Amino acid sequence: MTAVQHATLVLEDGTTLTGQPFGAPADAVFELVFNTSMTGYQEILTDPSYRGQAVLFTASHVGNVGINPEDYESTAPQVSAVAVRALSPDVSNWRATAPLSEWLAMHGVPGISGVDTRYLTRTLRDAGTMKAALSTRGTSADELLAAARAWPGLDGRDMVREVTCPEPFHWTGDAADHWITGANRADGLKHVVLYDFGAKRNILRHLSAAGMRVTVVPADTPAADVLAMQPAGVMLSNGPGDPAGLPYAVDAVQQLIDADMPLFGICLGHQLIGRALGGTTSRLKFGHHAGNHPVQDVRTGRVAITAQNHNYQVDIASLDADAVEITHLSLNDGSLEGMRLRNRPVFSVQYHPEAAPGPHDSHDLFGEFLTLLGGHAMA
Amino acid sequence: MPKRDDISSILIPGSGPIVIGQAAEFDYSGTQAVKALRREGYRVILVNSNPATIMTDPDLADVTYIEPLTPEVLEAIIAQERPDALLPTVGGQTALNLALALSENGALERHGVTLIGASIRSIRAAEDRRDFRDTMLAAGIPIPAGGPVHSLAEAEALAEMAGYPLLVRASFALGGSGASWVQDPAGLPEAVRAAIAESPIRQAWIEQSVAGWKEYELEVMRDGAGNFVVVCSIENLDPMGVHTGDSITIAPAQTLTDREYQVLRDLARQVMEAVGVATGGANVQFAVDPRSGQVVVIEMNPRVSRSSALASKATGFPIAKIAALVAAGYTLDEITNDITGVTRVAFEPSLDYVVVKIPRWAFEKFPGVDVELGPQMKSVGEVMALGRTFPEALNKAVQSLEIGVDALDGTGSGEGRKGKDGNEGNPEFVEGLRRPAAGRLFALYRAIRAGVAVDELASVTGVDPWFLGQLVEIAALEQELMRWSPELIAEATPDFARLLRAAKQMGFADAHVARLLVKTHPHPSPLPQGEGVGFGELPSATGRWAGSQTLPSPTGEWAGSQMLPSPSVEWAGGQMLPSPSGRGAGGEGEIRALRHQLAILPTFQRVDTCAAEFEAQTPYLYSAYEHADEARPTDRRKILILGSGPNRIGQGVEFDYCCCQAAFALSAMDFETIMLNCNPETVSTDYDTADRLYFEPLTLEHVLNVVERERPEGVIVQFGGQTPLNLAEGLAAAGVPILGTAPQSIWLAEDRERFAALLDKLDIPQPENAIVRSLDEARIAAERIGYPVLVRPSFVLGGRAMAIVGHESQLAGFVEQALLAAPGQPLLVDQFMEDAYEIDVDALCDGERVVIGAIMQHIEEAGVHSGDSACVLPPYKVSAYHLDFVRDYTRRLGLALEVRGLMNVQFAIKDDIVYVLEVNPRASRTVPFASKATGLPLARLAAQIMAGKTLAELGVLEEPAVDGFFVKEAVLPFKKMPGADAILGPEMRSTGEVMGHAARFGHAFAKAQLAAGMGLPLGGAALISVNDYDKGAALKIARDLYRMGFSLYATDGTAAYLARTGLPVEPVNKVKQGSPHVVDLIRDGRVGLVVNTPLGQQAREEGSTIRIAATQMDVPLLTTLSAAAAAVAAIRALRAKDFKYRSLQDHYRTAGQR
Repeated sequence: MTAVQHATLVLEDGTTLTGQPFGAPADAVFELVFNTSMTGYQEILTDPSYRGQAVLFTASHVGNVGINPEDYESTAPQVSAVAVRALSPDVSNWRATAPLSEWLAMHGVPGISGVDTRYLTRTLRDAGTMKAALSTRGTSADELLAAARAWPGLDGRDMVREVTCPEPFHWTGDAADHWITGANRADGLKHVVLYDFGAKRNILRHLSAAGMRVTVVPADTPAADVLAMQPAGVMLSNGPGDPAGLPYAVDAVQQLIDADMPLFGICLGHQLIGRALGGTTSRLKFGHHAGNHPVQDVRTGRVAITAQNHNYQVDIASLDADAVEITHLSLNDGSLEGMRLRNRPVFSVQYHPEAAPGPHDSHDLFGEFLTLLGGHAMA
Repeated sequence: MPKRDDISSILIPGSGPIVIGQAAEFDYSGTQAVKALRREGYRVILVNSNPATIMTDPDLADVTYIEPLTPEVLEAIIAQERPDALLPTVGGQTALNLALALSENGALERHGVTLIGASIRSIRAAEDRRDFRDTMLAAGIPIPAGGPVHSLAEAEALAEMAGYPLLVRASFALGGSGASWVQDPAGLPEAVRAAIAESPIRQAWIEQSVAGWKEYELEVMRDGAGNFVVVCSIENLDPMGVHTGDSITIAPAQTLTDREYQVLRDLARQVMEAVGVATGGANVQFAVDPRSGQVVVIEMNPRVSRSSALASKATGFPIAKIAALVAAGYTLDEITNDITGVTRVAFEPSLDYVVVKIPRWAFEKFPGVDVELGPQMKSVGEVMALGRTFPEALNKAVQSLEIGVDALDGTGSGEGRKGKDGNEGNPEFVEGLRRPAAGRLFALYRAIRAGVAVDELASVTGVDPWFLGQLVEIAALEQELMRWSPELIAEATPDFARLLRAAKQMGFADAHVARLLVKTHPHPSPLPQGEGVGFGELPSATGRWAGSQTLPSPTGEWAGSQMLPSPSVEWAGGQMLPSPSGRGAGGEGEIRALRHQLAILPTFQRVDTCAAEFEAQTPYLYSAYEHADEARPTDRRKILILGSGPNRIGQGVEFDYCCCQAAFALSAMDFETIMLNCNPETVSTDYDTADRLYFEPLTLEHVLNVVERERPEGVIVQFGGQTPLNLAEGLAAAGVPILGTAPQSIWLAEDRERFAALLDKLDIPQPENAIVRSLDEARIAAERIGYPVLVRPSFVLGGRAMAIVGHESQLAGFVEQALLAAPGQPLLVDQFMEDAYEIDVDALCDGERVVIGAIMQHIEEAGVHSGDSACVLPPYKVSAYHLDFVRDYTRRLGLALEVRGLMNVQFAIKDDIVYVLEVNPRASRTVPFASKATGLPLARLAAQIMAGKTLAELGVLEEPAVDGFFVKEAVLPFKKMPGADAILGPEMRSTGEVMGHAARFGHAFAKAQLAAGMGLPLGGAALISVNDYDKGAALKIARDLYRMGFSLYATDGTAAYLARTGLPVEPVNKVKQGSPHVVDLIRDGRVGLVVNTPLGQQAREEGSTIRIAATQMDVPLLTTLSAAAAAVAAIRALRAKDFKYRSLQDHYRTAGQR
């Protein structure tokens, strides 16, 4: 194969930028989203919620700390492509074992460096999330534009099938467990089933650290099977894409709610609860992808700085106020960030209490879930 | 929670004079707090002794006291003003210590004053090392091993336990005073002694060394509801061991994974809670072991700080303002983010750029001091630069320093260090890098360029390999540029254009690029004329870019990963100004022209707190070379104000005051004001001060970029000290309109020859003088004029390399120094006006009329730099007859130079003749002092004159009357500079100033001394040791002190002289005569006042040990007899009557009624 000197990124509106290629020599079509986190690219790139998307990092330098064996949120990069302003030529960190570019190449993910990421971010902010295509092997801009426009996008599609686990399994921990502080494994273990819509491992680590024994099940597991396991509670994980593309999951959630099963939903899990309650979901203009978003607990007024990664939201107006209590709102745009059911042991948040990457302000929610399970067990 | 309504008035103490470790950043933070709280409807009472500040402008607070910052004075003001609350967190350590003292002595309780923004518990827990340690241990927060000691024995026991090397510091001391590293037991006794002496509670702190670990700081904010945010992470380039104020720092942190970063964030939050910071800003410092990631907390400051000012400018999150608002009861979710206008400040800023801070030192002013950097801060100022990448920000920061350097190898267009090559690869050179010093960055870069391995340099210096890797990238691009000949450029213009764009994206200065091209091709033909230069496919490979090992075979890749290849610039306004041909323009102008041909133009990006997630409403901008520009200039009438750059000795906050005043005045006239500056400590770089802010280096290249983008009606160069004046010629040559006094007049006044001719023409006396270019010429001139003579370079500020030469034998040395300080410039040799009185005048002129703003008399006699001399307004020892000459000459000069704006004239009066020493047609150091003393806002008026108003239109026709006496005293940094002689001379060395005012001279002088930290004793013992010339005059001082009940000590010569007159005086040994000697006397605390005048070489050495001892022991030290006489008057006044305190507003009101 001949060496290619530059990478080409084309947005569906025709915006074309060239830069230096890194990672794998490949073409990719995706939805382009920007993430404003200044740390944690390894966690972001391995977050299954990014399936079907490329991540544009706003931080100036990316790759500085390489890739290490611990900071995985799944086993491999999940993104379709990566765009950065300046790919670090060097790796400097005591845990690093590989440079970012080599690691991406190994997993077939192309990247583009040396593009004005601020300009791209402003473009996406003003015009909304766009479909786009990248080539690091010389495909022409015209072809890329055609490919981006022809690509169906994520709306209404089931992306979860691509990332959910094939078989149920018991979570036994991994190399990053030691980063979770305040672990409480001794407390009589509660059995929790986690619906894997593309779960970030840090959710599993936190459930486990909070004193729960976790069984992970595929996204299409019927509710009856889960109920048959008689868990103390069910965790609905995060995951990629549009909740409207997951009618089977909405069904299952509905059944679990009806069965009075204690539920905790995060991100996509939260959206599925919203739909199961008869609410609607809709696309945000450019989504929330950051580690600095303020979320206010409307009951106490307290603000948590949260990690967020979602393109869709549960529409507040579509929820039945008699059944649903709004617990959290985004301080940035007023969108729904958390809710609980008034008469059922169900609560959920749109943001990521497990962080990874991001602030640890909301770790307590896993403790709250445990409390909820305790209450249920006693009743 | 809404704001508190149980309080209605708030007292805010400032931080006092600018000293090393506590500088202009507290003017910025205090000003923000005052503005924010006043806007909320609180009555704000401000106390600060420093008249040069913006915060003490009488328009800013409701009530402004320029009074000494002591607990007694503050309590008296509290009794007078009855504030409900005291906010001690925006005035540095000074304000926290005051709050602590007022709480301990019961004053706060007595007067019913609530402390807001901090609690006594949190101040103690953060500042007392033992308390801090206990608090951290109790909360399970990791810290280095160590503890407090009060004696050498205790120290030795603890050292045994913690192991060497050790850090020894003084508890409760400012800016790391008294701190040192101890490598082995031999160094312990002196380190412990120094630390105990420096500690106000006589306690030293000993700690396990974490030298060489990575150092990080988090700037954090908390509100009363417990909401917590990290505003900014800062990573130090220099590892632990160098005071963070002396470190090059980078924001955001670059070498942490999220896991590691969140550990720091969690710890910061725990520290805040453990220390008990209920509301406000704080910073927490961490050391991280680069081998294992082990983290320890080093310290925390429960207040705004130098770092928080930096973080505010780096992020757009105004920490001091928000700290004040949360102290008043607001929660973070209730406060709108000014920058976006739609979001709240309960969030954490995200940066899509890199910020680099580099300190600026002044070692050249203090021969003999140790230039190695360590735990005691020594820098006097700093610069900050923003870039889209680290290399860009780093290069821009270097250009901002104004040390004649514009490139990382230490080369530059001006008087900079030579970037010499040759020995950089040698083991000795590399080993020398182990020692942290001011120029280490440049040496490090040269070592990299010489091929020394990154790993080796990292292990020697402790600098993270990531940063060194970035230097490798810069060096590779530099090498690539040097390959280009004019022929090659003409042949392969698109390739060269890409390379040049990459260089600009890495922050290379045009002047640097020009030097690189000339270096290999010394006679460059005019660079090729581009016509519609295309950016198509690269032709042949032109060299390989080193360092980008991750790229798949990048043939022809010059720019590595840093480069943006896209040439398209969205805006159309980039029309080039005529090529500048002024000082230093040369090759730089050619590169500028080439860039325009090739459409390689800067873009301006906004600092928006959120990495573009929301639109920025506030035009806070920095330049880069990106795809798209965001400046969005308006079509309003606009004026660009050039700031004063990094603080340094001779150019400090007083010029920032003038720039801000100009912005306020022009805004009120409905101009759009645009500020350009690179100093993060200042009020001028607050996005709130001018309508638009460009955070850029003050170099011709960057100023022209902004001018081309903004197209202002004019540029103001009069207010920022020497910095903008140095740019005036280049700007004028480029056709940029300079407002106010014409540059030609400025240069005339600076050009000694033409100025001498002007004085002759105007029939104004001047000291005998000559301009020389060599030692021989100097010898002839000095002979003609007669010794002593004053020797100095032209075109320097702050008396750099200025010296009084008494004999021909000394001439050669001083001439050599002066030639070195300003290469290529002629030297001035002037008659030295021995025993003359010096007078400073600040005046306004509109071209037709001159109005005197203030006439100030120096207290120290001629020969002491005007910036280091105390001065008094109005003059206290000058006759009306002489003052009339002063006024007349000022008027004549103002009109002759066609001054439009401010002018400063320096006079000397000797033997009944009034001489003019110099004229500066610009804002002077004394403008803020004079404005506050008289109530006439000189800088504001000057700005209005520059914008076209006349003095008549402004209603300013009369010299203002002055009620009472205002004394300005200089504050000197000798204590922070171990080994420096505390002597005054023609080279300025003070860092700051204070003001004392009172109805009588004595009280005003005493207040100034007290404010300067030299509170005069009312009794006790005085030591007098003077040179032979001064013995006669010293007699009167000794007699007066004796009559006021002082007992007298004197060294033998002085003692014998005084004894002859019958004064009872106890002789003491000089040091060389053996113990007990004069230094023992001072060290033992047996004298409360030292009068020591130096002159002559041998007395100088003896005197120096006396002065160093007095400085270290905080004993008031008077080194001139005129100052001693003033001190005697002050002691007399104080013994008769206590101080009274009056706010500026009250003072003007009463004075107006008279």
